[in-house]
Amino acid sequence: MKNKLIAAALMCATALPGWASEAQPAAVDVALEKRVMALAEELRCLVCQNQTIADSHAGLAVDLKNQIREKLGAGMSEREIIDYMVARYGDFVLYRPPVKATTMLLWFGPPLLLLLGLWLFARTVLRRRAIATPLSPDEQVRARALLDNRESDRP
Amino acid sequence: MTTDRAPRPWAAARYMMPLGAFLLLAVLLGVGLGLNPREVPSPLIGKAAPHFELPQLHQPQENFSQKDMRGKVWMLNVWASWCTACREEHPVLVELAKSGVIPIIGLNYKDKRDDGLAWLGRFGDPYVLSAYDEQGKVGIDYGVYGVPETYVIDKQGVIRYKRIGIVTPDIVKNRILPMLDELNREK
Repeated sequence: MKNKLIAAALMCATALPGWASEAQPAAVDVALEKRVMALAEELRCLVCQNQTIADSHAGLAVDLKNQIREKLGAGMSEREIIDYMVARYGDFVLYRPPVKATTMLLWFGPPLLLLLGLWLFARTVLRRRAIATPLSPDEQVRARALLDNRESDRP
Repeated sequence: MTTDRAPRPWAAARYMMPLGAFLLLAVLLGVGLGLNPREVPSPLIGKAAPHFELPQLHQPQENFSQKDMRGKVWMLNVWASWCTACREEHPVLVELAKSGVIPIIGLNYKDKRDDGLAWLGRFGDPYVLSAYDEQGKVGIDYGVYGVPETYVIDKQGVIRYKRIGIVTPDIVKNRILPMLDELNREK
């Protein structure tokens, strides 16, 4: 425990001058770093497919973050970098893929299912309500008569 | 009785609806389970193999570029000594190389040179040569995200086939070999 505390303290102390100096060269530019992370949030890590590359510590995710940093630093725009990634890994890298023929079902499937569910629900409720309407006075009389004289109800 | 509706012929069908919905869902889930989420369709198929120039693994002072293979149908196999699946795939490549139907170039991906060399020494070297991609930058250009990955590139330098994950004997027999006949006939 004590060792761990010392180790943690040492890590904090050394972290100040050069946090992960190997993985993030020149991570001093805060504005740039913000843009890198914003882009990284949009991109899927293909190694661990339910994470963004911002979340992931997989080797490839780290490499891709470095690529983004390098390219932003070199003056490429966000759009250009997205295109760069799509050219290599396909639309699948995007957490918000473009709407096109192949992604129609992905975009519109869930709302359609929701509408279908709402429709089924409304239909069922309306039907139940129709069945549950109270009897009219005439029907009450008839029902009473039937219940009082069950024998006559049978054919 | 407030209603005296006649028995409806489709009443039975109504009771089948949940069963039908269940079967549909089961089929969809079944298909979904059968799909491999790692097999992302590569946007590179049908496009020119990205340009690279890298030092060779065995001879660091010599370079290899994908341009060197112009006019040949060839295979690019991405491998690394740290990649366990590569070990499983390796005998298949050794066998394929022995048959001599297609030259295989290795791309030693994010590896240590010594480890890579030792690995080939131990398991055999099916590659005409291996290019050494220490940083993995060429890997990124080729959209590599899970080693091993394999590309078949035609005489014009266009990627015609990509395999993510290991090349099995089945894939060699049913995908690669039939494709080679066709590609070799092209100019």
